[in-house]
Amino acid sequence: MSLSREQVEKVSLLARLRLSEAELERLTAQLSQVVDYMELLGELDTENVEPMAHAVEISNVFRADEARPSFDRAEMLARAPHADGEFYLVPAVLGE
Amino acid sequence: MSLIASSAVELVARLAAGEISSVEVTQAYLDQIKTHDGRVGAFLRDDSQQALEQAERIDQRRKQGEPVGKLAGLPVAVKDLLCSRGELTTCASKILENFVAPYDSTVVARLKAADAVLIGRTNLDEFAMGGSTENSAFQKTCNPWDFERTPGGSSGGAAACVAASMAPLSIGTDTGGSIRQPAGLCGVTGLKPTYGRVSRYGLVAFASSLDQIGPLAHTAEDCALALEVIAGHDPLDSTSVNRPVHHYTANVAQPLAGLRLGLVREHFGEGLTSEVEAAVREAVKVYESLGAKVKEVSLPHSKYGVAAYYIIAPCEASSNLARYDGVHYGHRTDEKALQAELAEERAKLEAADDKEGLEKLDTPLVRMYRLSRAEGFGAEVKRRIILGTYALSAGYSDQYYVKALKVRRLIRQDYDRAFQDVDMIVGPVTTAPAFKIGEKADDPLSMYLVDLYTVSANLAGIGGISFPCGFSSSGLPIGLQLQAPPFEEERLLRGAHMFQQATGWHTKRPQL
Repeated sequence: MSLSREQVEKVSLLARLRLSEAELERLTAQLSQVVDYMELLGELDTENVEPMAHAVEISNVFRADEARPSFDRAEMLARAPHADGEFYLVPAVLGE
Repeated sequence: MSLIASSAVELVARLAAGEISSVEVTQAYLDQIKTHDGRVGAFLRDDSQQALEQAERIDQRRKQGEPVGKLAGLPVAVKDLLCSRGELTTCASKILENFVAPYDSTVVARLKAADAVLIGRTNLDEFAMGGSTENSAFQKTCNPWDFERTPGGSSGGAAACVAASMAPLSIGTDTGGSIRQPAGLCGVTGLKPTYGRVSRYGLVAFASSLDQIGPLAHTAEDCALALEVIAGHDPLDSTSVNRPVHHYTANVAQPLAGLRLGLVREHFGEGLTSEVEAAVREAVKVYESLGAKVKEVSLPHSKYGVAAYYIIAPCEASSNLARYDGVHYGHRTDEKALQAELAEERAKLEAADDKEGLEKLDTPLVRMYRLSRAEGFGAEVKRRIILGTYALSAGYSDQYYVKALKVRRLIRQDYDRAFQDVDMIVGPVTTAPAFKIGEKADDPLSMYLVDLYTVSANLAGIGGISFPCGFSSSGLPIGLQLQAPPFEEERLLRGAHMFQQATGWHTKRPQL
């Protein structure tokens, strides 16, 4: 298998996901199969090919720097799982 | 002819002539939804009261001689991936189960400005990730031609609702084939415009360099009408392109004289079923009988499309979906349970004097992110987030992500070369007709390979249209795909329309 369970576990932390034992097992097997398939690209010599990040290769789309109304704070905070009317609330970031 | 058997263009004409009212039309589709959607499952929600009120308002305005929009009074269904102000926009994900969009996506705003009647929100694979609509967190959608089969995906609800005459027109999105593939499997017409033709503002992002919004309907003419309304530059989407929008409806009936079609050598290899191949070759003969010249072309890198796509799309997805953090909106895990869980883990580690374990223990904030996301996302979304994060992680990004971007350019160059010799490429949409529900659910790679003929257009950024060109021996629709150079939507629509003038496949309806 091209991917180890430890790698998948490490990546799950980077991706801010928590996987159960069963999920880890299943994902390691499935993603190994997918990653093995990706090896197909290795056949191609792409030494002198410029990467193409976007279909429409336009850059620097400028607009006038004008103030305009933004979304209403109360309306946005109303969608938050936990807020105090002024701020978003999260569990303590620093340890006790 | 019964109202729901009509095309969108016919309905709009009869509405304009005052022969029928929007309330009548809307009611007819709502009745069809009521009767059949319990079994089809195309809609996540329909709002009959709101739709009828909107229909009533438009009828009134028309009666009073006020100007009305291009879609005035026409029911339109929208994939539940486009924000609509004040309404749930769930992306078929538990993480957004209760999310009410604070603004209109540009496409929804344009539909409203054109006086469409927004009849309901259609089902999809969670965050548009999938090819069968089985990845919806809420419900299965069945293929109206065979209830044991999937409608394709991710715009499965969008295709099934048109096929089952529950809406004359619907809006889907296509990141790797998500409009064309379900259109092909459900026997309807679906257009994926060129990247940048339609604004993505307010479309919940999956893979931003590949996503594009487009219409599904029974005919190319109907898609022309819809595209005319939704296409165009939008200052709110810096990747939308500032080029004039063609007058698609005025020109769609004009046949393409001297049309040169390319048949891709690589499309007729391994995997293509004989029934699909026969239907496609038959369709090519129809074009020849209409005066088209057909020649073989090569897209030598097409076999690398799926591999490149399933690196690039998950990479972009893993980045886009980082926004679901349980802080700003969407699902958050239960905080009391989270604190209790962490306290218990800490106590265990302390008792065992496990210093390394204690060091590695998640902070409450990190654990909140991880649990909220673990509870909110389904299996396929997690798979893609992990895959994308892996392919972008230190030490791997050159090997996977950058490599895939280079292959992407080779694929685009293949198309540029082919389009020097032909006006459009013609070929299959999928290797086989609709597959059974559950058939590929546990085998992600086989599901990904369904996208063989569709992903390259997204990687290259070009447009494509798919429409029915026959039926399998078991009565399942078979789709034909046309692809054209960037911003040649008019050519795609005219090409599909001339086929539909010569054949009747698009007029077939399933027995529900």
